[in-house]
Amino acid sequence: MKEKMPLTSTTDDPATVAEAAALPIAVHAPVPQPQDIVEPAASKIAKMTARDVSVFYGDKQALKDVDIDIYDDLVTAFIGPSGCGKSTFLRCLNRMNDTIPSARVSGDITLDRENIMDASMDVVQLRARVGMVFQKPNPFPKSIFENVAYGPRIHGLARNKAELEEIVEKSLKRAGLWDEVKDRLAESGTALSGGQQQRLCIARAIAVDPEVILMDEPCSALDPIATAKIEELIHELRGRYAIAIVTHNMQQAARVSQRTAFFHLGQLVEYGKTSEIFTNPREQRTTDYITGRYG
Amino acid sequence: MSSAAPLGAASRWTDEAMQRRVRRRYRSERTFRLVGLAAVGVSVLFLAFLLVTMASKGLGGFVRYEAALPIDFAKTDLFLDPATLRGPDADQLVASADLETAISQAATAAYGPSGATMFGDGAVTDLTRKIVDDPDMLTRPSSLWLPLSSDLDIAAKSDGAASDEKVVAMLRSRSALKMSINTQFLTASDSTDPSSVGVWGALKGSFLTILVTMFLAFPIGVLAAVYLEEFAPRNRWTDAIEVSINNLAAVPSIIFGLLGLAVFLNVMNLPRSAPLVGGMTLALMTMPVIVIAGRNAIKSVPPSIRDAALGVGASKMQVTFHHVLPLALPGILTGTIIGMARALGETAPLLMIGMRAFIAAPPGGITAPATVLPVQIFLWSDEVDRGFVEKTSAAIIVLLLFMLLMNGLAIYLRNRFERRW
Repeated sequence: MKEKMPLTSTTDDPATVAEAAALPIAVHAPVPQPQDIVEPAASKIAKMTARDVSVFYGDKQALKDVDIDIYDDLVTAFIGPSGCGKSTFLRCLNRMNDTIPSARVSGDITLDRENIMDASMDVVQLRARVGMVFQKPNPFPKSIFENVAYGPRIHGLARNKAELEEIVEKSLKRAGLWDEVKDRLAESGTALSGGQQQRLCIARAIAVDPEVILMDEPCSALDPIATAKIEELIHELRGRYAIAIVTHNMQQAARVSQRTAFFHLGQLVEYGKTSEIFTNPREQRTTDYITGRYG
Repeated sequence: MSSAAPLGAASRWTDEAMQRRVRRRYRSERTFRLVGLAAVGVSVLFLAFLLVTMASKGLGGFVRYEAALPIDFAKTDLFLDPATLRGPDADQLVASADLETAISQAATAAYGPSGATMFGDGAVTDLTRKIVDDPDMLTRPSSLWLPLSSDLDIAAKSDGAASDEKVVAMLRSRSALKMSINTQFLTASDSTDPSSVGVWGALKGSFLTILVTMFLAFPIGVLAAVYLEEFAPRNRWTDAIEVSINNLAAVPSIIFGLLGLAVFLNVMNLPRSAPLVGGMTLALMTMPVIVIAGRNAIKSVPPSIRDAALGVGASKMQVTFHHVLPLALPGILTGTIIGMARALGETAPLLMIGMRAFIAAPPGGITAPATVLPVQIFLWSDEVDRGFVEKTSAAIIVLLLFMLLMNGLAIYLRNRFERRW
């Protein structure tokens, strides 16, 4: 039996968080600490906002009245136990829930103050502007080049082959995969290792020049070294894209994000600066979760 | 500690009862393996029996016996002038001449009274071609190798009537008998005389019919499968359609023949006995098979691929045609070709729409009267003439080879397009 831990013990202690971040994986990634991050000015308008978002699967309510802002230069992490609705919420942000016949979403979600829930919203364009990386690496069973080139090609982002090649190269470089694959672009994307596949998927999302990137537990299928590389990549991508990441791993949330939202049983329990959530949560449920009482 | 004590008597691993149970388990496993092996053995035996029977009976159909016939056209009653035979009408001119009588006269002169019936229709066809090829032959006496009549052919190959055996023995003793490849069997069409029949007409009819079937059933079947699987809303209507399609695949094929007769022939007035109608009827029968195979293949494409494409902003249509369909293609092709192979071997519905007619020329197009291989086999198996027995088996060999070719194609295509993820 574990005693209820004081807030200053283990994971929520900033020193420990830093320590956790400085585990072997930090060899690859010099992880900036939460306090290094420049906070957005108070007046800054959120890139995406969600107000009163509820999701129903059939009769079952999976998400209740969620309000969250996602900022341009920040990484927002969604944490919470399995089945708490964090992935469901993430999939609302590019309307991937539309593909589930029984899912029904209500509330308002805006992207640059434009309501994406409107019937007039072009979902196809929205998904290009709000890219997504999935839990399991899911490259197309095509060549590495074709994987990255697919998005630009269907959206007509390149006027000719040279431009397309440039986009592919830039995307792969930005995803930190170029050096590993530049000599074998014609090989199948599925022949890469798991971590490389996931970075390929990130390159594929980047290639259509999105404004927001959603990541649904991007490291849950990867080993620690591949995870470190993805985390490093998230740091590099921050500032260029607004990033929202769902994660099971609280250390990861602490390492990569500046904002954290804690979900429990379909409700948003607490949302705020990552440093505050992990050091000084307002809600008892948050405390219990991040200290490992449940989840 | 109490927890180390056995939960019950059953978990004493070393006692006699437990040993017996273990032995029983191994015994039942051995028995199962033996039974499985026996099942495989029986099916292999059946297959071997079928192949050996077909080969032993049918291979004779691909060869024929020819006899030498010394003939001097100058002494026959043929009024053929080599000069006129160089024109374009040579075929008709030769065909109108009474070659049959000329042959029987020459044979009687060479071999006595038994020569009159020594050669059959096959010899006439052969001689016609020889004269057309070389009209100068008419001006000089020559010795030609011509196919024997069907009865003598049987006597030469196995056992025939006593009188026929005697003629064969006489020919052998004079070294006037030889065996040669029966090219006519692959180039000619149906005939009343087994010595001059061929499968080419039926083969071409089968080919045209299956072509029509493929051009109708493949696109319709694949599009229906794609729509039902990827686009159709899930409601009572699509459920009803799904059940109907599944039932359609189980409808006896003769019913489709009746439908073809009633709709294509009587209502739409399409030509009888034509590959067009045959193909349409078989397409009705094959389409549900393709729809079912197609839906299964589409279903087996992992949803993560769809998510990936949707995630970069592909439209539903792009997801389907750029990703889902190419990945489902091997499965769809396999299903299609299996359906086609079934259609190729189908007889009953084609009987209903008149493809059982006696057709002595290969079809010129999809609206010309034709027959197909399985129907041809059925027709020949009904003939009383003994010469048709080996022709029937030989035609079965041709049909099996055709099927083998198609199945080989299916396997090749599946391996060629199969991708792993």
